[in-house]
Amino acid sequence: MILKDYCKPIDETEAEELEDSILVDMYVKMMKIRMVEEQIAELVERGEIVCPCHLYTGQEAVAAGVCASLSNDDYAFSTHRSHGHYLAKGGGLKALMAEIYGRETGCSRGNGGSMHLVSPETGFMGSSAIVGGSLPIAVGAALASSLRDNGRVAVSFFGDGAATEGVLYESLNFAALKNIPVIFVCENNFYSTHMHISSIQSSVEIHEKAEVFSLPSFRIDGNNVVEVYKTTRNAVGHARTGQGPTFIECITYRWRGHVGPKRDLEKGLRTAEELEWWVSNCAVKRMEDFLFTAGKMTMKEKDEVVRKIDGEIQEAIAFAKESPYPKTTEYRRKVFK
Amino acid sequence: MSIVSRNLTYAQALNETLHQLLENDKKVILIGQGVISPWYVGTTTAGLIDKFGDKRVIDTPVSENAITGVAVGAAIAGLRPIVEHPRMDFMHLAMDQIANQAANWYLMFGYRVSVPMTIWGIINRGGEQAAQHSQALQAMYAHIPGLKVVMPSTPHDVKGLLVASVYDDNPVLFIDDRWLYQFEGNVPEELYSEPIGKGVIRKEGKDVTIVATSYMVHEALEASSILEKENIGVEVIDLRSLKPMDEELLFESVEKTGRVVITDGGWKTCGIAAEVSALIVENAFGYLKSPILRVTLPDTPAPASSVLEKDYYPNSGNIIAAIRKLLNKG
Repeated sequence: MILKDYCKPIDETEAEELEDSILVDMYVKMMKIRMVEEQIAELVERGEIVCPCHLYTGQEAVAAGVCASLSNDDYAFSTHRSHGHYLAKGGGLKALMAEIYGRETGCSRGNGGSMHLVSPETGFMGSSAIVGGSLPIAVGAALASSLRDNGRVAVSFFGDGAATEGVLYESLNFAALKNIPVIFVCENNFYSTHMHISSIQSSVEIHEKAEVFSLPSFRIDGNNVVEVYKTTRNAVGHARTGQGPTFIECITYRWRGHVGPKRDLEKGLRTAEELEWWVSNCAVKRMEDFLFTAGKMTMKEKDEVVRKIDGEIQEAIAFAKESPYPKTTEYRRKVFK
Repeated sequence: MSIVSRNLTYAQALNETLHQLLENDKKVILIGQGVISPWYVGTTTAGLIDKFGDKRVIDTPVSENAITGVAVGAAIAGLRPIVEHPRMDFMHLAMDQIANQAANWYLMFGYRVSVPMTIWGIINRGGEQAAQHSQALQAMYAHIPGLKVVMPSTPHDVKGLLVASVYDDNPVLFIDDRWLYQFEGNVPEELYSEPIGKGVIRKEGKDVTIVATSYMVHEALEASSILEKENIGVEVIDLRSLKPMDEELLFESVEKTGRVVITDGGWKTCGIAAEVSALIVENAFGYLKSPILRVTLPDTPAPASSVLEKDYYPNSGNIIAAIRKLLNKG
């Protein structure tokens, strides 16, 4: 149905004002997330990873573009599909891999698994696997910032599925009412687990549902990292200067199924045609094409990026596998701080 | 340090504590439904908004889940929020934020991010308010790992336990029963903290132990005074903290008396009284001279009519009847 309009090549004029280093950095982040997710998919398929992984492949531009507009101190909260957000917000790859392998060196010491990642040093304060669960928490972190007047903003990442949760509307109302410096980033990938948006939402215009709460609300091409970056940067500026929250609906698509490496085609949940169309409009490829065309990156530089990321991934896997499992004596004693 | 003590009502002590906490620490905020409204919280928040402003004393829309989540987020970001729920019945709507988020966050994220929030849950019952404005849900919350639960019963403890809750690094459910608001007692003026996890013996006795929570402590003391005239020595334990629970205090008392009645203002099935009973059976069975009895609400929703309410809420009479039953069986 919708929104093929939202997938156009990245226009050079849009990116004109942006420094090359930002553009290349965002590309590298996207590529890193892509390669990590595809590697994890393979490891899950081989049975080496047991933990359920909700892969982010296809949606990389949202995490990369949003987080590029944040500072290290800004807060981000995420969902069960959190690998991309964690990496984009500065979380370490080794700690991610070790967490998914259930090891003591994992970012959550093996207590959280794939769905519960954290990197407090870089402002990634946690990811909740209850749909909509971290929405008001991001609002609260931002409320704390505004009370302390420290300029930090908070981002809440959530999916289109959260638009059918009441807590979204409670959170929007309160954030708009109190002018809280929070940015709501809705990643509309069209599927809430196995359900297509058109079969569960009376209106698919999620951005309009936010707009009625009297805050700026946008629907953008979530596979255009430049547009994601620029829209979020404006929202961050707005929030930092005391002008309150913004809602951004990012149109995107997950290549893999709801959970695990499969495509959900075999379950008849979507068509191969639909998936192929989105794969052909790959967010990473679009940015890559733009960087090549604009002369901001050479093929050799790209190969170097890929080689370096691959090295980091292999190192992270080795680190995870060499790490000890958590001691069974610890978690029982540490329910409370 | 000079220790100035006065007699205050429970409600006055709570109000004073909130004033002092907000005064002494910028990290403390109060947020919730009706924090400026006498219908919701009586006089316990009087004067707070005038003194500290609407940025730190935030009366909110009726959005229990989101508002509780806002407090979780504020705590994660370093504040020490108190989120108020005017009736525990309404807290059901915030169960996701309390049970899934706040209670799990610390362990789920490898002990790296804690949630130092206080959830102020108010029991407001009687007066024909019926089933959705009367609930005492301490057992549901005590069941959840990662959440501490306290229930003060005196003006002294309401102050000490609120301070302890706010300065605990974990989410603490601080349950407050409005039937306690008019009780008077000695309260030091300075801020002080009562330890979470410690019960207290309110009255010593050798024949029977009553383990009581919150308002039921006062019914237990009343029962104990009446039975004293018959030379029945009743020991009254005020649990104060349901999680963690002061197990040692229970076992020591059982060792002394060998007979136990447990009274709690919540429901019977899977309730606090059931938990206390199980702990005693598991750990102090050898000292028991008779079965353990529970005096709780019946397993029904709260009815409205005053006649039914009178039957529904347990009192000293029910406790005395339970003790007589035990002693006859003894």
